[in-house]
Amino acid sequence: MTAILTPFQNLCAIYRGFFRTSLAVQFQYRVAMLIWLLGGIMEPLVYLVVWTTVAQQQGGAVGGFTVQEFAAYYIGAMLVNHAVFTWIMWEYDYRIRSGEFSATLLRPIHPIHRDIAENLAYKVLTLAVMLPAALLLAWIFQPRWAPQPWALALFPLALVLAFFTRFFLDWSLAMAAFWTTRINAINQAYFVVLIFFAGRVAPLDLFPEAVQRLALVLPFRWMLAFPVELILGRLTLAEALGGMVAQLIWIGLGLILARTIYRAGIRRYAAFGA
Amino acid sequence: MASPVIQVHDLRKIYMVGEREAGVLAAVRSLVRRRTRAIRAVDGITFHVDAGEIVGFLGPNGAGKTTTLKMLAGLLHPTEGDARVLGFRPWERDREYLRRMTLVMGQRNQLIWDIPVVDSFELNRAIYNIPPEAYRQTVEELVALLELGPLLHKPVRNLSLGERMKCEIAASLLHRPRVLFLDEPTIGLDVTMQRRIRGFVAEYNRRTGATVLLTSHYMADVEALCRRVIVIHHGVLLFDGALEALVERFSPFKLITVELADLPARDLSAYGQVVRQDEGTVTLRVPKAITPEVTGRLLADLEVLDLTVQDPPIEEVIEQVFAQPEETTLATGNGELRPELL
Repeated sequence: MTAILTPFQNLCAIYRGFFRTSLAVQFQYRVAMLIWLLGGIMEPLVYLVVWTTVAQQQGGAVGGFTVQEFAAYYIGAMLVNHAVFTWIMWEYDYRIRSGEFSATLLRPIHPIHRDIAENLAYKVLTLAVMLPAALLLAWIFQPRWAPQPWALALFPLALVLAFFTRFFLDWSLAMAAFWTTRINAINQAYFVVLIFFAGRVAPLDLFPEAVQRLALVLPFRWMLAFPVELILGRLTLAEALGGMVAQLIWIGLGLILARTIYRAGIRRYAAFGA
Repeated sequence: MASPVIQVHDLRKIYMVGEREAGVLAAVRSLVRRRTRAIRAVDGITFHVDAGEIVGFLGPNGAGKTTTLKMLAGLLHPTEGDARVLGFRPWERDREYLRRMTLVMGQRNQLIWDIPVVDSFELNRAIYNIPPEAYRQTVEELVALLELGPLLHKPVRNLSLGERMKCEIAASLLHRPRVLFLDEPTIGLDVTMQRRIRGFVAEYNRRTGATVLLTSHYMADVEALCRRVIVIHHGVLLFDGALEALVERFSPFKLITVELADLPARDLSAYGQVVRQDEGTVTLRVPKAITPEVTGRLLADLEVLDLTVQDPPIEEVIEQVFAQPEETTLATGNGELRPELL
């Protein structure tokens, strides 16, 4: 009767547990969530309106992007960003300052699993709003995209890799909360660099050559712009495969970083409160 | 029993705390030169606890009790010294260790605020990989012992403090830990609830043979549960032994209560310090050394209906212990350390 689970089955059961409880918790905050979502939709919408206006005034295209291609880019970026973004640094800032992290540390499981499951639960729940929003924008802006069949096939994998590229780096940064209670400034700086080099403000193709080359060696492009360009059919197969190698490298580095900083962090942890 | 379940050797925790005075100027100055001060929260304590013991860990606020428990639960790294619990070094946070112990803190939450209690239990079932049969049995037991039945399906935020505490304790015990660290498990609860939780801890210990180290401000908890107490003060161990021995050791007084035939008018202050006087009953506080002599005189001089000699209440004794200045306690502390541990 006592079916002993293998470690992997057990981990899956734990993920299901975290996922279910997170869904239940987040559902309680559906109004607040709707407001955050609105932010996630408004930002690309603003860029979209600006760039399509510019493109129309320049005779239909800017830097190789037509009005319809801009629309496709920003709608794609909105969806990919929704899949990959995290808010983990704010969580850790609170958890560590309040001592809430103690309860997490007592459990015989690495805290990152809860964080991943919570993130996914939020994404799945909010897809109910994001998808209709994307369809509505598509109906208004008439995007044009022509992905190759292999690009469509590779996209899910590239998206998962983009998620982890961002997740491990964000998570490492969140660990700064072990050292400082003024985590806001660090986060702001990180986000400014991120939205610029990830191609969230504008497609990286529109930037000067030097910026584009820099973007290749930074992790941010692989978190957002790369999967978007892939699904829009703007990459060659070689570029796509190369991008996925870059993602894997950054995931590896991110894992090492997260592990190292976490280990050092819990040595410093002071378990404030109660 | 081969080796003790909890072994603590010369454990120390020194916090470096940033200091600065109030005001903008001080804030600016602290940017340039950070002043830190070392707080010796736990300053070299040594003890061990055998399997199945319930030990009371006493000390005033800031004595280092919670810091010690946090180190033993693997939340904090000690600055120096060593400890083993169930053979594990707690702060290495071996999964197998975390699976076998629990720490219950007054306000810390295992439970998720917005969802029904039973959902948090289910999550713990997954995390601790508790087989379904064992889980059902444990939950049934906990529900019966703590009377959780009506609470299980309520969201945590709708529970009273006492109800929540009961559920927190239950959530912490679903995996049937072998070692329990209880930090003020009854804080803020009414007397009935305190008694119930006390009874529960005793029952859990009896049924499972788990080892318990608990701190409490309520002496009733300690008296009811612990035959042995460890007292720490200013981060050092002051006493380790039987509860009665603590009273014996630290209280230089006895209380003599006499019931007199002739009513109140008499002044008994010549025999000792009058602590209480009502309706023909007088309670005197008398130095231990002269208690027999005073008792004799009372019986000889007065028409005594009844006479009892008692130790003062444990709260009073503890208060006296903690009222001692740091140097004295340190000196006493060294005298009291058990030599085989040094």
